[in-house]
Amino acid sequence: MRHIISLLMENEAGALSRVAGLFSARGYNIESLSVAPTEDATLSRMTIVTSGSDEVIEQINKQLNKLIEVVAVMDLSEGEHIERELMLVKVRAVGEMREEMARMTDIFHGRIIDVSDKTYTIELTDTVSELDSFLQAIDRSLILETVRTGASGIGRGDRVLKL
Amino acid sequence: MELTGAEIAIRCLQEEGVEYVFGYPGGAVLFIYDALFNQDKIKHILVRHEQAAVHAADGYARSTDRVGVALVTSGPGVTNAVTGIATAYMDSTPLVIISGQVPTHAIGEDAFQEVDAVGITRPCVKHNFLVKDAGEIANIIKKAFYLARSGRPGPVLVDIPKDVSNQKTEFHYPATVSVRSYHPAQHGDAGQIKQAAQLLLGARRPMVYAGGGVVLSGASKQLTELVRLLGFPCTNTLMGLGGYPATDKQSLGMLGMHGTLEANMAMQHCDVLLAVGARFDDRVIGNVEHFNREKRKVIHIDIDPSSISKRVKVDVPIVGDVAHVLGDLLAVLHGSKQKSDAQSLAAWWAQIEEWRGKRCMGYKNSDEIIKPQFVIEKLYEVTAGDAFITSDVGQHQMWTAQYYKFDQPRRWINSGGLGTMGFGMPAAMGVQMAHPDATVACVTGEGSIQMNIQELSTCKQFRLPLKIVMLNNRYLGMVRQWQEFFHGNRYSESYMDALPDFVRLTEAYGHVGMRIDKPSDVEPALKEAFARKHDLVFMDFRTDQTENVFPMVPGGKGLSEVILGEEL
Repeated sequence: MRHIISLLMENEAGALSRVAGLFSARGYNIESLSVAPTEDATLSRMTIVTSGSDEVIEQINKQLNKLIEVVAVMDLSEGEHIERELMLVKVRAVGEMREEMARMTDIFHGRIIDVSDKTYTIELTDTVSELDSFLQAIDRSLILETVRTGASGIGRGDRVLKL
Repeated sequence: MELTGAEIAIRCLQEEGVEYVFGYPGGAVLFIYDALFNQDKIKHILVRHEQAAVHAADGYARSTDRVGVALVTSGPGVTNAVTGIATAYMDSTPLVIISGQVPTHAIGEDAFQEVDAVGITRPCVKHNFLVKDAGEIANIIKKAFYLARSGRPGPVLVDIPKDVSNQKTEFHYPATVSVRSYHPAQHGDAGQIKQAAQLLLGARRPMVYAGGGVVLSGASKQLTELVRLLGFPCTNTLMGLGGYPATDKQSLGMLGMHGTLEANMAMQHCDVLLAVGARFDDRVIGNVEHFNREKRKVIHIDIDPSSISKRVKVDVPIVGDVAHVLGDLLAVLHGSKQKSDAQSLAAWWAQIEEWRGKRCMGYKNSDEIIKPQFVIEKLYEVTAGDAFITSDVGQHQMWTAQYYKFDQPRRWINSGGLGTMGFGMPAAMGVQMAHPDATVACVTGEGSIQMNIQELSTCKQFRLPLKIVMLNNRYLGMVRQWQEFFHGNRYSESYMDALPDFVRLTEAYGHVGMRIDKPSDVEPALKEAFARKHDLVFMDFRTDQTENVFPMVPGGKGLSEVILGEEL
């Protein structure tokens, strides 16, 4: 099953590689991983999307907790949560496709953030599956480049991961 | 007064009460060696290979309850140390390894003797640090010792660049340390402990399975009291030998791949299993599915939550320090009116005695050729079971675990998790440093000993009177055994040709060598060797080349699918 795990860790060189190394050494899946500092400059917040049996997910949580630089771990999928991913797509946009692309971008609540004679660059922020749907909805042969950040997640309501 | 980073590092080690540093100098640690030279509180033991430095620190730590310390240079110093670090990591030994690093400005430039020490050791340390400023050294070393010895112990590496070790700053050793993300459990949950007590008292076919955690936590006393109070059978893992006295009637000996029939059968058929500081690893319970075929309730006490329900689903998990939890469990049991179910227990013991009656450890001795098991039995007798025994890895290790009866913890020192050949002699050096007056023997094979034979030189320099008991069968015995059983007797590269004359080799290093060919000479040779209190004696026992380790649960098989030796 797919799980989205959030963690707070020391904002130190090497912390990221400890997490990444743990996943590769123990053969766990990483679908995506995103990380950036928080409002507290000593902490980074990481979101990992992974999958595995209940036993594997339990081990992933325990092993992450065991890393000295990991301060707190929360499996967001265990409760109500929100997730978002940012995607930038550069597409070929010539002739009548220019309007078609603009329309599709609108439908998916995206924005065109860069324009050239032959291309559009589209920005979309949504759930992972909505971004997938957009890519399926447009003509694949027109896609020049796709950049995705991987999911970021946060608990709903009072559910907070904080020190 | 301002001190250099190197002086601070050494002062930190002094503050931690470090007696011995095992190490090997080199360019990147020259300032640290200079600081060592200018003091006399810490003694440095110069090894002949960095791997041996870490193994020696490891042996020192395992035979005491102190943190072992190793000091190595950058680049090859670190890479040579990695096997030692991984060995300590797998067996949860508390170590602090200080490594030199190229100067900070040269890091990342492929400088001479540069290696990413923090990166290369990351998967086999509890934690590691790269020091970027001399002002951080005191805090980091304080943290390193704290992390190494607390919780589930393990090795911690501190990498110090050469310029940092020469940078001057004020020295202040912090009195306390805290790591906000690290809070190892001490006491187990009271509710869980009560539940465990109830399960134990209601058990009809109980079993206690005790691992290395009992030794690490210093919980032998509590374990022994608990097992005796309940009247339950107890088995020890390879790492846990000595955690419960092997000569006790309630001891079923070691379990696992080369465990006793009675221990493995009782594991398989028990209805309540109390696992204490053990981790159900593949060499212990074999095939998990086979193990799960029998229904039983499992109580698991461990300080590391990730060891619980990793391979075997646990019904009552208790996270905490084994000694504390057992103490609390004993208090609950003492306070309970209910007693163990005596009738069921009697029937269970009758079944166990039937398994024990098969005498799975029996072997056919010979007047012609030395049987390896016989050497270990005699070693046990000659040392009156009161020696520190280290071992290398292979058949000799298993025979020692089987035939030397360890009644005390921290007496049996071997590489269980990583299975590192070459561990035995350097580990014995560390043990002997920690216990200068004790009898320390290393049981080894002609394969393993050659992986760190250069340490005979260290033993000479520091007058370490080790007794090396080499079971020489001219084969990588355990490899040969698997080839005999599972690879159609095709002994691919397991024959040890062109062996040195070990007696002359030992003499060349300035020690005493003995070669023993006849069974009747085994006991006299051991007696003579162990009587030489001040000499290192290297005994080359020429043993039966065809002997195999039994019982054996083949890899991937279940605990009851055991191959026994020939019927006697």
